[in-house]
Amino acid sequence: MTDKAHILSRAFEDRIFVGVAAAVALAAVVVALFPGLSGYRVNIAGQLACFALLALSLDLIWGYAGILSLGHGLFFAIGGYVIGMHLLEHAVATTGVTPDIVQFMGWKALPDWWGPLESFPVALVAALGVSFAVAFVFGWVSFRSRVGGVYFAIITQALVYVAMLLMFRNDTGFGGNNGMTGFQTIFGAPFQTPGVAKGLAATSLLVLFAALVACRLLMIGRFGRLLVATRDDETRLRSLGYETLRLKLGVWCLSAVLAAIAGLLYVPQVGIINPRVLSPELSLEIAVWCAIGGRGRLAGAVIGAVLVNAIKFSLSATMPELWPFVLAGLVILVALIFPNGLLDIGRWRPTWISRPDVLQPGDAKP
Amino acid sequence: MTVAILVEALTVEFGRFRAIDDLSLAIDYGEVRAVIGPNGAGKTTLLDVISGVSRAKTGRILFDEKLELTRASEAQIARSGVRRKFQKPSVFEALTVRDNVEIGLGGAIDAVARERVDKTLETVGLAAEAGRLAGELAHGQKQWLEIAMVVVSEPKVLMLDEPVAGLTDEETERTSALIRALKSPERAVIVVEHDMDFVETVADRVTVLHEGRTLFEGSMARARADARVVDVYLGR
Repeated sequence: MTDKAHILSRAFEDRIFVGVAAAVALAAVVVALFPGLSGYRVNIAGQLACFALLALSLDLIWGYAGILSLGHGLFFAIGGYVIGMHLLEHAVATTGVTPDIVQFMGWKALPDWWGPLESFPVALVAALGVSFAVAFVFGWVSFRSRVGGVYFAIITQALVYVAMLLMFRNDTGFGGNNGMTGFQTIFGAPFQTPGVAKGLAATSLLVLFAALVACRLLMIGRFGRLLVATRDDETRLRSLGYETLRLKLGVWCLSAVLAAIAGLLYVPQVGIINPRVLSPELSLEIAVWCAIGGRGRLAGAVIGAVLVNAIKFSLSATMPELWPFVLAGLVILVALIFPNGLLDIGRWRPTWISRPDVLQPGDAKP
Repeated sequence: MTVAILVEALTVEFGRFRAIDDLSLAIDYGEVRAVIGPNGAGKTTLLDVISGVSRAKTGRILFDEKLELTRASEAQIARSGVRRKFQKPSVFEALTVRDNVEIGLGGAIDAVARERVDKTLETVGLAAEAGRLAGELAHGQKQWLEIAMVVVSEPKVLMLDEPVAGLTDEETERTSALIRALKSPERAVIVVEHDMDFVETVADRVTVLHEGRTLFEGSMARARADARVVDVYLGR
């Protein structure tokens, strides 16, 4: 690629980022203020924002640092379960009604140690703290032993699978295969109150916007460049005096915390959390969203997550059996035409006309 | 003159293969030392152990007569002032030329640092390419960029693994001028290279390795005349 094409494609990516961030902010305003939107649409917008945030979190670690996690559902679930516990405690405190989980778990009441989670700030700190701690321990052990690439991906996949099996057991104490549901109130307001769905969706969109801007600032700065350097040649970076363990651990923990925030926002909007979010399929799908949108550009993750899930939502209402085929087709199409994701559209030239990056016979060597 | 790198009774093994066998050698400040020898002689392994990429089985390596390198991490070694250019040009392809050199310098990028980066880019002849992505550079330019990345921090020990591999004659000449310019009383330069004419132009002394041991140490002219060196490496 020539100098000029490179600068053009960078400018294009900058514009895409600004466009995506602006669209997210606009969506937040529309969801919050526009009265004509159906509750269903508001809810869909909120869910999409959560998925986009989840994809964004994976993009930090995969797109920038080049470390693929196939277990990000774990952190999403940590956020989801903690807010689930908070909502159940809150339901008991505000309505006095015993939730179903108490009955099917054979308890007399919710476990005592859940009590403090009735306070939202405590629940928030717990969700962020637990996801951070799990990520830190797991990341420290893995990165210290220089586990990376496909091995890391497989181990994270195993981790989320183990977590799923654990949470499916009733004895683990989190509702087993039924999970947690029957949330009644949030911040004292019944979930049926018209403003609640809007508030949740608008909050999700705003958090997504803030995360986009913050991650962007972080990634165009020194930290982001060092992450890219780690991805390109970690040995080289180490031999220039950088402790790459710290860099990788830092972005890994940040990514985990963002995923937990996504889970925290998601569960109140769908009204349920169960071990299915820990299934390897979800964790794999997050990577697919990033790959389809384009890795290492933040905006790509958002575009991928929103696009794939919007198609999924519209198809599952009409032709659910078609979904796997559509997803597979989309993956193949992107892999064939835009190996770096849909954001490559900016630098795309039809490959059957000329491939400037491939030497043709008779071309001078570069 | 103090010793920059002192290697004592160093043995490195990969499984049952002994890459370096009870090797001892001293490299002084102010000199450019070439390490030559046939493939598998242990040249790159020696650089790997000095820079902390590979671990020694026994023996030790002292830097500046105090820091024991066989126990330090790669990052510690680099920060202490021992830097290395790899055999295959290793640059951060998705970052700009300037970013690459700034990362090599480390620390906060203030006006002083920026000036130093500019000067280094000037020295290696890449000032005009500062804004380009490193991945777009030609092979020779990548070699120079990598030299810039290690030189910008003004290392006390500079190791160059095959700096002219794959370069044209003209590029080789520029590289040898560059290396001569990098010579300083406060710095030791270690060059691993197969191009003997190049070695002759840059090196003060050569160490010929063979099967993990020192076969010869002295000037390149005497190495060319040494019967054992001619036998195992240079050929008749």
